[in-house]
Amino acid sequence: MQLTNRSKVVSNKKMSFAEKMYLPAIVKGMAITLSHLFRKPATISYPEEKRPIAPVYRGKHVLKRDANGAENCTACGLCAVACPAEAITMTAAERKPGEEHLYREEKYAAVYEINMLRCIYCGLCEEACPKEAIFLTPELVPTYLNRSEFIYGKDKLVEPIDKRVDVTQRQKHLTEKKQ
Amino acid sequence: MGLELLIFKAILVLVIFTITLTIAAYSTYGERKIAAFLQDRIGPNRAGPFGLFQPLADGGKMFLKEEIIPANASAFLFVLGPSLAMLTALMTGVVIPWGDTITFQGVEYSLQITDLNIGVLYIFGVVSFGVYGIMIGGWSSNNKFSLLGAIRASAQMISYELAMGLSIVALIMTTGTLSIKEIVDQQATWHWNILYQPLGFLIFMICAFAECNRAPFDLAECETELVGGYHTEYSSMKLGFYLFAEYINMFISSALMASLYFGGYNFPFMNSLGLDQNWVTILGTVVFFGKVFFFIFVFMWIRWTLPRFRYDQLMRLGWQSLIPLAILNILLTGIFTMREELKNWLFN
Amino acid sequence: MVLYIFYALSVIAMACALLVVFSKNPIHSVLYLILTFFAIAGHYVLLNAQFLAVVHIIVYAGAIMVLFLFVIMLLNLNAETEPHKNTLTKIMATISGGLLMVTLAGAFRVLEKNLGQVTVQNSNVGTIENLGKVLFNDFLLPFEISSVLFLSAMIGAVILGKKQLN
Repeated sequence: MQLTNRSKVVSNKKMSFAEKMYLPAIVKGMAITLSHLFRKPATISYPEEKRPIAPVYRGKHVLKRDANGAENCTACGLCAVACPAEAITMTAAERKPGEEHLYREEKYAAVYEINMLRCIYCGLCEEACPKEAIFLTPELVPTYLNRSEFIYGKDKLVEPIDKRVDVTQRQKHLTEKKQ
Repeated sequence: MGLELLIFKAILVLVIFTITLTIAAYSTYGERKIAAFLQDRIGPNRAGPFGLFQPLADGGKMFLKEEIIPANASAFLFVLGPSLAMLTALMTGVVIPWGDTITFQGVEYSLQITDLNIGVLYIFGVVSFGVYGIMIGGWSSNNKFSLLGAIRASAQMISYELAMGLSIVALIMTTGTLSIKEIVDQQATWHWNILYQPLGFLIFMICAFAECNRAPFDLAECETELVGGYHTEYSSMKLGFYLFAEYINMFISSALMASLYFGGYNFPFMNSLGLDQNWVTILGTVVFFGKVFFFIFVFMWIRWTLPRFRYDQLMRLGWQSLIPLAILNILLTGIFTMREELKNWLFN
Repeated sequence: MVLYIFYALSVIAMACALLVVFSKNPIHSVLYLILTFFAIAGHYVLLNAQFLAVVHIIVYAGAIMVLFLFVIMLLNLNAETEPHKNTLTKIMATISGGLLMVTLAGAFRVLEKNLGQVTVQNSNVGTIENLGKVLFNDFLLPFEISSVLFLSAMIGAVILGKKQLN
């Protein structure tokens, strides 16, 4: 069976004298490498130059707040169940009176941690989430010198109230995917 | 031999020493840059503008690394190995004519440290002695892989020395002298020896690659497949010496190829420019270094083009192809130089 | 000046030659032998025979001793593996060594008688031009025969290498 036209039939025939000298072949090879000398390098010098990223790229997670600034997450644990890499852990807590502006529902996540070294950025957590609380953003997780720094707590995951993260593109993408 | 000449020679020795070391250091940079360009990459570009301080950073790193001498190694020989490699690499530069004569205050000074009447043989002697640096280093490490690497490397070097010597014999038959200065002077303007000895040059170049342990003959190291070869146990600047010696050897072989086959400091129309002798000499030196850099580039170009030989292929190429070819080359050269006598002898 | 260099080279040559015999490790012996060769090459240079000096280094120090070193390194000789010699071998060794010394002493005596007659005819006899003239005029036949011998040895090596081992 032939899948592409690029396959080559290899033969083990005896080489002719001209082929045995290898010199023409060597010159040909050197011409190929020389032609690469004048080609534009394919390198992207990462921290200064960045590869273009799709607006629906699956990068670092964000825990969303609602329009009033209260956290959407109810610590139901569906994301942790859905996670194939078992990267998500959480501890639930009950909302106290007077905290309505902080948490949308009666139950909330007191601790919410994602181990970014375990995470495979598959996006199953956001598909599992019934409250539209967790989304993946096109932002990349940076590198650290210490493994413990890769465990992101709520301080790094929940979006800041004054700097909301726009996830409309991702939301649209997810709803299209579900249909 | 006046005092002025002595001072001039001392300065010349220092200058050539510095140039050799600088070029060897920057060959590592050039190697990595050219490798990168041939593979559509950028190469080192972090240390200084365009990564130009990379060799300094590498050298500093080498000096600061921990010095390890294996417990059962013979310490004296372990240190002697890289020192010998470095010594022999630096000794060859003495007989290479870096330029013609310069007239300064009415006195002529030659830009060659010493013009031995056996210059070519001197280089062979030093090169053949260079094997000991590798062998002693490999053996004194007290490691079987080092020993095998050393034996592999030195067997390769002494095998290819034969073909190299035979290719040079043909050259000497046409030039009639062993002094490199005279050989260069005979190639004035465009009468370069490559025109008379193309096959000899090819053999010489292949053998030079093998002598320098460069790809496609770098079986001595084979970083990717076999253990590092004779310098497996070496660390710090002792390893640096071995690697440095390799680059110096590359520079010297390029200089040798340029002066033996490509006219040295001669360039076409050098005498019809109407310039002062000193200017012609300086231009000639610049041209000579241009040729040398071209050959260094060829060394690197080949390294990043051709795959490595297998050891049996290497030995077969050396003993069964290059040596018979070199003998054939000697025969052809002999017939060519004696063609008049042969004609008389055959037809009368 | 030349005399001092001569003495220095002689001392190096003798000391290294003695160390070849006395050092316990065969590798060290080989290395001392190489140093001896270098000292002798220095003597050749003092006699204005640069060609001989360089050829001496290329052939002896550069090729033959490398092969020596090869074999000794691969054999991995050391004090433990050295077989014990019995008394008979020791006696034989003493006798043959003594005989060699007698021969050398006799040769030296003969040489000493003629030593006064040695005169330097041409101080440049060792340069490559003069050597070539002598070899190709006075000693043409022996030189050519030995070169044919070497060529046949080299061709033999190539043929041995070409032989297919089944």
